[in-house]
Amino acid sequence: MLFAPELLMLIGSLVLFCLSLGQRKGNLAKYASLVLGIASCILSLATLQMSGNLFYDAYHVDMFSQLFKLAISIGLVIVLLFSGDLKGVDDNLRPEYFLFMILSTLGLMMLVSSVELLSLFIALELSSYSLYLMVPMRDDHGGIKMQMEAAIKYILFGVVATGTMLYGMSFIFGMTGTTYFSELVPRMHELATTPTAMLAIALFMSGFFYKLAVFPFHFWVPDVYQGASNATTAFIASVPKLGAVAILIRVTTLVAPTGGEAVVNMLMILAVCSMFYGNLSALVQKDIKRMLGFSGISHAGFVLLGLLTLKDTGYATSMYYIAGYVFMNLACFLVICKVSKNGENVSIDDMSGLYKRAPLLALTLLVGMMALAGIPPFVGFMGKFMLLTGALRDGHLALVILAALNTAIAIYYYLSVVRVAFCSPPEERPDVPVDLATRCVSIALIAVIIFMGVAPKQLLAVAETAVRNIF
Amino acid sequence: MDFLIMNEGFPLLSTIVFLPLAGALVLLLLPGENVQRIWAMAVTSVNAVISLPLYSRFDATTAKYQFGEHVSWIPSLNINYTLGIDGISLLLVLLTTLIMPLCVLGSWTYIKTRIKEFMICLLIMETAMLGVFMALDFVLFYILWEAMLIPMYLLIGVWGGPRKIYASIKFFLYTLAGSVMLLVAIIALYLKNGSFSIPMMMGQDYSSTFQIWVFLAFFLAFAIKVPMFPFHTWLPAAHVEAPTAGSVILASILLKMGTYGFLRFCLPITPLATLTLGPYVLWMSVVAILYGGFTALAQSDMKKLIAYSSVGHMGFVTLGIFFLNKQGLEGAILQMINHGVTTGALFLCVGMMYERTHSREIADHSGIAQNLPIFVSFLTIFSLSSLAFPATNSFVGEFLVLAGAFSGNKIVAGAAIPGAILAAAYMMRLLQHVLFRGPGRPDLADLNVREIVTLAPLLCFVFWIGLAPEPFLSVMHTSVEYLIQQVDIAKTAQIALNIVP
Repeated sequence: MLFAPELLMLIGSLVLFCLSLGQRKGNLAKYASLVLGIASCILSLATLQMSGNLFYDAYHVDMFSQLFKLAISIGLVIVLLFSGDLKGVDDNLRPEYFLFMILSTLGLMMLVSSVELLSLFIALELSSYSLYLMVPMRDDHGGIKMQMEAAIKYILFGVVATGTMLYGMSFIFGMTGTTYFSELVPRMHELATTPTAMLAIALFMSGFFYKLAVFPFHFWVPDVYQGASNATTAFIASVPKLGAVAILIRVTTLVAPTGGEAVVNMLMILAVCSMFYGNLSALVQKDIKRMLGFSGISHAGFVLLGLLTLKDTGYATSMYYIAGYVFMNLACFLVICKVSKNGENVSIDDMSGLYKRAPLLALTLLVGMMALAGIPPFVGFMGKFMLLTGALRDGHLALVILAALNTAIAIYYYLSVVRVAFCSPPEERPDVPVDLATRCVSIALIAVIIFMGVAPKQLLAVAETAVRNIF
Repeated sequence: MDFLIMNEGFPLLSTIVFLPLAGALVLLLLPGENVQRIWAMAVTSVNAVISLPLYSRFDATTAKYQFGEHVSWIPSLNINYTLGIDGISLLLVLLTTLIMPLCVLGSWTYIKTRIKEFMICLLIMETAMLGVFMALDFVLFYILWEAMLIPMYLLIGVWGGPRKIYASIKFFLYTLAGSVMLLVAIIALYLKNGSFSIPMMMGQDYSSTFQIWVFLAFFLAFAIKVPMFPFHTWLPAAHVEAPTAGSVILASILLKMGTYGFLRFCLPITPLATLTLGPYVLWMSVVAILYGGFTALAQSDMKKLIAYSSVGHMGFVTLGIFFLNKQGLEGAILQMINHGVTTGALFLCVGMMYERTHSREIADHSGIAQNLPIFVSFLTIFSLSSLAFPATNSFVGEFLVLAGAFSGNKIVAGAAIPGAILAAAYMMRLLQHVLFRGPGRPDLADLNVREIVTLAPLLCFVFWIGLAPEPFLSVMHTSVEYLIQQVDIAKTAQIALNIVP
């Protein structure tokens, strides 16, 4: 039962593999993955209160991991619901596409439960390699092979980041003689102040900085976001970040509570650089996916604010923030996927007059963008507010002021999208048809974004309980 | 919780705050443009009526916050849903609830497209604005303060004039940029106190450096909203491009939030910084009064003229606040209400003309006194009120402010006097052109019943406050005295600190 969500995904991926052997089973594969996603949501929810170890203690199931699995499954279901028609992907490739999507999700779900270095590595690679394959599976728009460029960049950066991470793991193993987190943690705490330990942890983290797109591991972001199909980008931009944050929280506990000063300083610098780099670059973007890519970099910087407090509350806030981020981001990508007619990229100008062409989508875009910008009463504000409170409580005044300034910078580009959608005339751009499933997802996303922003009490309490019992 | 008198029984404040929001949700489902208009009108009117008991049941003998409501919201950070009003916020709450039906009525035919969305924006605005005046928890305050930006942005950006994009973005960016540091200041205060409760932050013994920084963060946010002189540039743009209801809300209520912020936060939370930096603010107010006056004198666009006159009028309000004496503060609060009534009415008048002529130029309306006697009568009275003519509301307010000013600092007060003359000059110039110059416009119809009904209540208030201000002043005496007392305690403490070596 403990392994139920992952087992289901594993069986599901076999089913999808069989489907991919036949011809033109795209639709069937879509429904199969949708059912899988929903079932895994239910199973994650059912196993929320359970805890235990599996596979010679390499695999730990607890509330923390199950919460992340639940969030990952919800993310998957939302992506499938609004972009299941895969406008940018060739018919023949669709079953394989869904197969890799499910495999990647499976990898992420295993990742958040892994408490042993090697199983963690394998889970990470399972999810990464599936993603590497999803990127080039896009129709060639205009013969410039943008998707191939994106895929090459993604895999090369990914491999380098993985290599760095393995190097860091080797240090950790060398220092402690074990690959199990439960044995690692006390030993690392003794060594936490030594330079080697700092180096090891920094290198180890870099693999996940890459996933989360933290400066300076962000170089793949703009090109991959632009090159991959809209559905793929929606997936890459949201779901894997959950896994990355989960592991970063685990890794940060290696240095907390004793002597994490060097790590804290590193996280601080990375956070500030990510925020400024992401926001300033986003200001000049014309392609909306690139813009969201850069905005994602700045949000990654914000997530680090929670980690660098090295406190349970900080971790819980980071969890809350990243979960909120997934919903806000998906709300924006939902609109992108729908506005894009044949799966081509969408520029900001293509949103012109959206409030006349599709009022509900315009509202979703408004809520998504304003939430990302951190305007209350949406979840983005509550998350930022709590991250700033936590960081200031630890005395990082300069950091908090810089972060607040970034909020002010960021509003400009989010607002420019909203402006185009609400204040510009449509100029003969056609109406956007919106099917029932998308409508429901839109309304649900708006409701979740507002609800999480107005009533974070329960969620935070659950996240904090989960974090407190990580080990 | 000794600062709060809890409300027993029916939660009146929450009802007033959330009724418009509930109305907006119902409005989502209503078909038919007229049904939507009537529904919005009904919701705002009902809200105005149920807010009247706030005045009749208000206890003017205590400075505590009344009608209090307190619900735990986010316990891990000690954030609560706390509402309450005192003598300072009572009149602002009533002004908001009373002006909103007039906004709906004033946009009855002015808004022709997307009426449902327009009314929803108005109703959400009402909820946020009322909440800002009632919130006694800083996070609740900040959430509502910022949440106002989105509907207001849409009001200007979707239903606005030709340069609406520029105006709406400028409005949004200015306000948001001003309030990010407010958030940092709020968090810093929370870390000192362990609570976000506004009354609990007051009268604490913060170091003077800390107070100065917090004051500056507050000041930036509120000065942009007021707007004070160097931060005012968003206002004319936003006023001119906004639809009538948007201009009225901006002028009557949003601008008051800046000065309300000074009264509610700067003075009691950072009294030492207020004493240190207050004189500079006084001079900024004088500059705003003169600058607003001179700029208004040069305008040919009626809305711009009124917008710049707002800069001057709000300068009088900040002048009254930072002299920190009773007349000045009471005059400032009364002047906030007066400006809401008078300038709101003037914007409604301009909007009514704009519907007829599609122009806001003074030159296009020259000589209409011959053709539109009713309209011109209204315009004349509101203009006289705007220039603080005796027997109108602004006279009482401005008189109190200047009385306070002269008992505080004669040089500053003397420097502000030309502002009053300038007000007469630009308003008279407007009236002269509209009344007497030019050939008239026989093609225009005079005001209809709906428009008269829109303006009449404001007219009543002009004379009521002008002739018998006591009912309005009496509710604020105790609260203002308490406010001065809070500042004085800090002053004495500081003097004591300086004397004792």
